[in-house]
This record gives sequence, C-alpha cells and structure tokens, in this order.
Amino acid sequence: MTEKNLNDPRPLSPHLQLWRFHATMVASITHRFTGVGLYLGIIGIAGWLLALVIGQDIFNCVSDLANSLAGQVILFLFSIAAWFHFANGIRHLLWDGPSIGFTPRIASLVSVFNFAFAIIASIALWAIVRWLGG
Amino acid sequence: MNSKNFQTPMKKVRGLGSAKSGTGHHIRQRVSAIALIFLLPWLLYSLVSLIGVGYEGALLWVGQIQNATLLILAVTAACYHMRLGMAVVIEDYIQKSSTRHALLILNTFVVVAVFVVATLSVVKIWISA
Repeated sequence: MTEKNLNDPRPLSPHLQLWRFHATMVASITHRFTGVGLYLGIIGIAGWLLALVIGQDIFNCVSDLANSLAGQVILFLFSIAAWFHFANGIRHLLWDGPSIGFTPRIASLVSVFNFAFAIIASIALWAIVRWLGG
Repeated sequence: MNSKNFQTPMKKVRGLGSAKSGTGHHIRQRVSAIALIFLLPWLLYSLVSLIGVGYEGALLWVGQIQNATLLILAVTAACYHMRLGMAVVIEDYIQKSSTRHALLILNTFVVVAVFVVATLSVVKIWISA
C-alpha cells in the first residue's frame, strides 16, 4: 500500500449532511447509535458480574447505583435501545436474507414501527416483570 | 484512459480494491445477530427481574446452571457482534489511518476483556454455588 492510500481522502461513509430527513434514515442512524449504547451496556453487565465475584461491599455499591433513579432511567433507556436494535436488526436480516421490505413505503413504515415497538416492548417488559414479581 | 497510462482497468482496481474480507465480516455479523434474536429477550427480562434482588439473590440466580449457560451464550454472542459493529463505526468515521487502526485494536482488546471478565465471573459463581 502506498502512502497516499494510508490516509484516504475519499469522503467518510454515512454522509449525514447529504441526507434528506426521513424515517428510514433516522432508523439507520438510531440503529448505529443504539448499537454503541448497547456496547457500553454490555461493559456495564460485565462490571456487575465482576462486582458480584469480588464481594458484597463492592456489589452493594454497584447495586445502589443501579437501583437509584438515574440507574433505573439508564436501565430503561438500555431496554429501549436493545428493543430498537432488536427490531431493526431483524429488519436488516429480512433485507439481507429473503430480500423483502425494500420499497420506500414499507421501509418507512417498518422504521416507524421499530421506534414504536422499542418503546412499547420496554414498557411491556417492565410491566410484566413487576406484575409477575409482585 | 490517457495515452501515457498503460495500466489496465483491472490493474487499477486491484491496487485500490477491497481487503477481500468483507463477506466474512458480513456473514459473522448476521450469524451472531440470529443468535441474539433468541438471547437478547431473555437477557433483558432477566436484567429487569434482577432489580433489587440483592447480593444473595443475584449470586443464587447466576449460580443456577440454566442462567449461567444462557449468560455465557448471550455475552459471547454480544461480544462477537459488538466487536464487528464497533469496527464498522470506527472504519466509517475515523479518517486518520493511525487513529483508526489504534481504535480498531483498542476495540478488540476492550471486547476480549469484557468477554473474559464476564464469562470467568459467571463460571466462578456457578462453581461456588
């Protein structure tokens, strides 16, 4: 590879300023954004497990943090991000596998559905857990 | 093509083409995604259920073999999937070659560290349970 290729002058990939605002574009950006969020979330889960191994004192600190209002809000946002990435990821698999859902109308509808699903599934999840757990 | 350049179009393409590893990345991303379709709902339900169970309750939960197994499967699939995803984000947005490669290596190290910490923790809790 030559020096010229090492710092490639071509434009960067998802060229945000070129896109007109529309549902599919927002879903695409959100998919990426939530993916990065889930990455941080998995680091948090690993930290929670490590605290559990280290001992009760450390675990209680982590647990207090998670049970605080801010912790609960973050966990709720994590579940919204996870459900969005889940639904939109299935849409990606349907695009890649059976190649369905490409028409602009369907693609936009599915994008809106994924946002609605993320919120409704999160609320349902918390409600079900509270309901079953009493 | 001008008269001074005797490179064939094929030669030009070979010089600037892909790294020929894109298909593997694509397939691995999708296979780990399929695994996560099954594991993520379980993980989310478990996380929310674990709110407020306390130290003993959490130890008891992780120590159960079905939870330990599913936790390791979920963490493994998630680590695999998120390393690939973060690599694409880095490749797309970081234009400076040195920074890009440093971050790609850091991404791998972080994901491996998360994987080792999470799985070893689960195994240790399960063995002592």
